[in-house]
Amino acid sequence: MVASDISEQQVYEWLEQVPDPEIPVLSILDLGIVREVSVDSTVTVSLAPTYSGCPATEAIESSVRRALHDHGVEAPVIKRVISPPWTTDWITRRGRQKLHEYGIAPPQKSLEIACPQCSSLQTELVSEFGSTACKASWRCRDCLEPFEYFKCL
Amino acid sequence: MNAEQTLIDYTLRLADNALILGQRMVENVAAWPELEEELANANFALDFLGQARMLYSYAGELEGKGRSEDDFAYLRDEHEFRNVLLLEQPNGHFGDALVRQYLFEAAYVHILGALVECRDEQLSAIAARAIKEVQYHVRHTSKWLIRLGDGTELSQTRVQQSLHDVWRFTGELFAADDIDIAFQETFGGPDLSAVAALWRTDVAAVVSEATLVLPDDEWMATGGKQGRHSEHLGYLLAEMQYLPRSHAGATW
Repeated sequence: MVASDISEQQVYEWLEQVPDPEIPVLSILDLGIVREVSVDSTVTVSLAPTYSGCPATEAIESSVRRALHDHGVEAPVIKRVISPPWTTDWITRRGRQKLHEYGIAPPQKSLEIACPQCSSLQTELVSEFGSTACKASWRCRDCLEPFEYFKCL
Repeated sequence: MNAEQTLIDYTLRLADNALILGQRMVENVAAWPELEEELANANFALDFLGQARMLYSYAGELEGKGRSEDDFAYLRDEHEFRNVLLLEQPNGHFGDALVRQYLFEAAYVHILGALVECRDEQLSAIAARAIKEVQYHVRHTSKWLIRLGDGTELSQTRVQQSLHDVWRFTGELFAADDIDIAFQETFGGPDLSAVAALWRTDVAAVVSEATLVLPDDEWMATGGKQGRHSEHLGYLLAEMQYLPRSHAGATW
């Protein structure tokens, strides 16, 4: 396929199918890391890394490359853009909803974190760090379930 | 010294600081007293390695000799590293590692704050990314310092000793040399005397809340930024560089 036959909209639809490797319920579009898509002689996708050392950065870049290959794009260009820095504000409304349904409390400005299981606000911080750099460990004092909170960054 | 060289030298110092502290933290993986701190430590280390990678890649680009981030990290000897002496000091116990990290990051956060405003676009972008991580770290380590200092008699005694042990390495953080001055003048980099004042205010507040005593400023060790290191760096590099040195070009 020649790149000029592809619309940007089409590329976004393909990228919607690329999951975040550490929170697979989210697509990279939900996560807000796709900064730009442009189509001219080839397809260029600009991605913003979440944390400096996020081990998923390279995995995501290769998944994007593979997804584009699978749709016939011969030599896609994947750019890494660090400015402006990614923030959790870029996680979409749908992304937040998916996180909640998956059992991860989505990032929020308020310090009252609702339990994603029972919605109680009687929750407490266990550790500012969790299984990945972007999450903290919390627990609910009502239903007693531990849960992860996607930290506000 | 031309502007380009100043920028490369300055970037490598930042990169070396991030790598060496990151590596010291990696050495502590699986050694921390509780799971939550284990995760915190590993996450901190990852942030530093990520910063180091961005900085080395940028230095390589500026230098234009085709050196990659790995070449800088794995194929240079001690005297070519430009990290401050504080960061290569041995890990010691939990309190030692905590104090070392806190004292460094309490300065680093202000250095990054100035770098965000500097005239080099890429360093400013890297700093804007890194500062969010470092602010989070400082919040965590200052809480721990307060908990240990204002904790039991034993924890207080030990963490007070940790402060004393590394205090002589803190002066180097603010000892501006030709590269620091040139970077400040040419690129609007940090004014280290201003950073020192901010650092002292922050550290004094946390130390006081921790019911600890700020050590006296006596003789300060310097030289790391110019490549004159303590013996500890050699052992650190020997372990870190072993694989790429013994199996050049190995991939997996």
